[in-house]
Amino acid sequence: MNGLQLEFITPPPISKRTLELGVKYSPEFVCMPMKINLGNFIEALEMGADTIVMGGGWGPCRFGYYAQIEKEILQELGYDFQMLVLEAPDSKLKILLRQLQSLGQNVSLWQALKSIKFAWDKLNAVEQVEKGLEYFLPRAVHPDQVERIYQQGLEEIIAARNADQSFKMARQAVQSMQKLELKSQAPLKIGLVGEIYTVLEPAANYEIIKMLGRLGVEVKRTIYMSDWVNDHLLGGHVKPSVRSQLIASARPYLNYWVGGHGQETVGTTVAMARQGCDGIIQIGPLTCMPEIVAQTILPLVSEKEGIPCMTLWFDELTGTAGIQTRLEAFIDMVSRRKYTAGYVKEA
Amino acid sequence: MQRVGIPQGLFYHYYYPLWKTFFEDLGAEVVNSGPTNREIVEKGIAAAVDESCFPVKVYFGHVQQLCTMGLDYIFLPRLVSVEPRSYICPKFMGVPDMIKATLSDLPAVIDMLVDLSKTNKVFDREVVKVGNYFTRDRMAIQRAYHHGIAEQKNCNQICQSGYSTTEAIALWEGGQIDLPSRYDLQIGVLGHGYSLYDQTISMNLIQRLRSMGCKVILPEGCDHIKIETAAATMPKRVFWTLGRKNVGAALHLAQQEQIDGIIYLACFGCGPDSMIGDLIERKIKNKPFMMITIDEHTGEAGMITRLEAFCDMLRRRRYAGSESNLSAHGEYVYSPAGVNEWSAAGIHNSSADQ
Repeated sequence: MNGLQLEFITPPPISKRTLELGVKYSPEFVCMPMKINLGNFIEALEMGADTIVMGGGWGPCRFGYYAQIEKEILQELGYDFQMLVLEAPDSKLKILLRQLQSLGQNVSLWQALKSIKFAWDKLNAVEQVEKGLEYFLPRAVHPDQVERIYQQGLEEIIAARNADQSFKMARQAVQSMQKLELKSQAPLKIGLVGEIYTVLEPAANYEIIKMLGRLGVEVKRTIYMSDWVNDHLLGGHVKPSVRSQLIASARPYLNYWVGGHGQETVGTTVAMARQGCDGIIQIGPLTCMPEIVAQTILPLVSEKEGIPCMTLWFDELTGTAGIQTRLEAFIDMVSRRKYTAGYVKEA
Repeated sequence: MQRVGIPQGLFYHYYYPLWKTFFEDLGAEVVNSGPTNREIVEKGIAAAVDESCFPVKVYFGHVQQLCTMGLDYIFLPRLVSVEPRSYICPKFMGVPDMIKATLSDLPAVIDMLVDLSKTNKVFDREVVKVGNYFTRDRMAIQRAYHHGIAEQKNCNQICQSGYSTTEAIALWEGGQIDLPSRYDLQIGVLGHGYSLYDQTISMNLIQRLRSMGCKVILPEGCDHIKIETAAATMPKRVFWTLGRKNVGAALHLAQQEQIDGIIYLACFGCGPDSMIGDLIERKIKNKPFMMITIDEHTGEAGMITRLEAFCDMLRRRRYAGSESNLSAHGEYVYSPAGVNEWSAAGIHNSSADQ
């Protein structure tokens, strides 16, 4: 955005207040991503933003209608702003082009492309550090150190002025994680699948990746921001995509696209079971329609592929003790199954 | 004769006449699972995951009911889209897979893909595929399908005179139902047909309103073109078929002078409802609007109380002229004689002016 010579306002990190604002003004039964999203927008508008850029879509998932409802709510609250919805146009391509144009009015096409490339590189650098965290957190003797390096690495990448610098920072962070003292025992591997926003946004899943890491579990996931950008915005041409393979492995359990990430969830579960993960945790926002379809089908996958599965739904209840307890119980069960199989008879 | 089972849930309420005619013309016997009852509900709740919406749970119950009826086939279509560029709901797209993953010992499943979002070609092929279970004669399949469409249109025609689709299906099958002719309120009742027209799921909402002296106006009874015209005024085309129908019907009814109020029946956990219900609530400013959310709980008293209160309010609004003439503590502030007395005495009643 800096590259487009627009001043941008980053909403403050998702906090309790963000969620409270979102919950207060959103429709009661709407899913959690919209509530957080609305909270973000309110906080950004409070900081003086005058334009909101939002994604869209044409169903069947609810996300496609977020922007319109949010616009109505924000207008009712008395904010003065312009909203740009980036989505494939229903009938007129002109509308989308005009919206893109209004965003890039200060720069040439070349500069715009360059800034997209820079954003893409930064994203990849951040993900290198994230992967480092996922790998070293369960292995390190002192997990606190890993988290500290991770946090510092992120801040340095965000401050980086060019692509080389951000990759260098990412490399440094991972290298310093490598120097830490590690445990001797290999950690359990748990696959994390589910609705994309909940998987990607730590505030929406109460930092489940860190929670699992501290329980000595290495989290495997196929959903990263760069994959989504690659598959959906850049047409899958920038890096090799595994999406079509994941969807293929959803057969014969789920034979049709169900919107959102439903089919990917089932496909990933099957693929991870075959790659030797010890368990699967599916997460999603409460009432997410595609994930409910996947949840209904997972018990069959679990039985046929021989992998324990658990589903966790997240909503605006912020008590993490319940989640912690369920995770601990699941991990206990998975590790017992792995290390004592054959010695313990099931009652 | 081969027996084909059709669960009496979800889109049964919209397309049963079509498929019944189709299968019967091809020489099959059509069996349905009967109206939803407590037993079906209990079975469905036990089988489906907790987070599903109530109508989907009930559908699971209907399928289990059919499994006990000695069928050769069970018809579980995968409804993706019934019109261009619109969807029903993600759960409908996964229903056959959800059923197969959850229930064992199903009869042979006739799984059919209904996706008209882009072209009709796939659908035409699917119709032939389903027909091939019974005959190889392509012409006979085509004839049966067109006959089915004609019967479906007849049934839709019946809905135009104010019947719900469930009642229309009963009439179409030769039954007799009379609508009450005496009423003093006209209420628009909206919602997804598979919950609204199912007497158990909706807790008999439509009958209850009728017995309270209301004429019930349903989306099926409104002119299709008027609904679409009203829905087109939305800033973004609503991409759920039923959602758009409800928004259109709500906006259309809101403009009608004779409509006293609008009720929207939503299902707990329904994705489209969570947004559509809210949108309608924002758009309708000139008519009383009530949203009722239902799930599998069985306490009817709460619902009855809300309906009675809503009707009472509409009647007062109609006969007392303005709500601001009513005191909140039970004493009538307004009476024609009273106002005259106050005026004569020079006492100004501010609330009566509003």
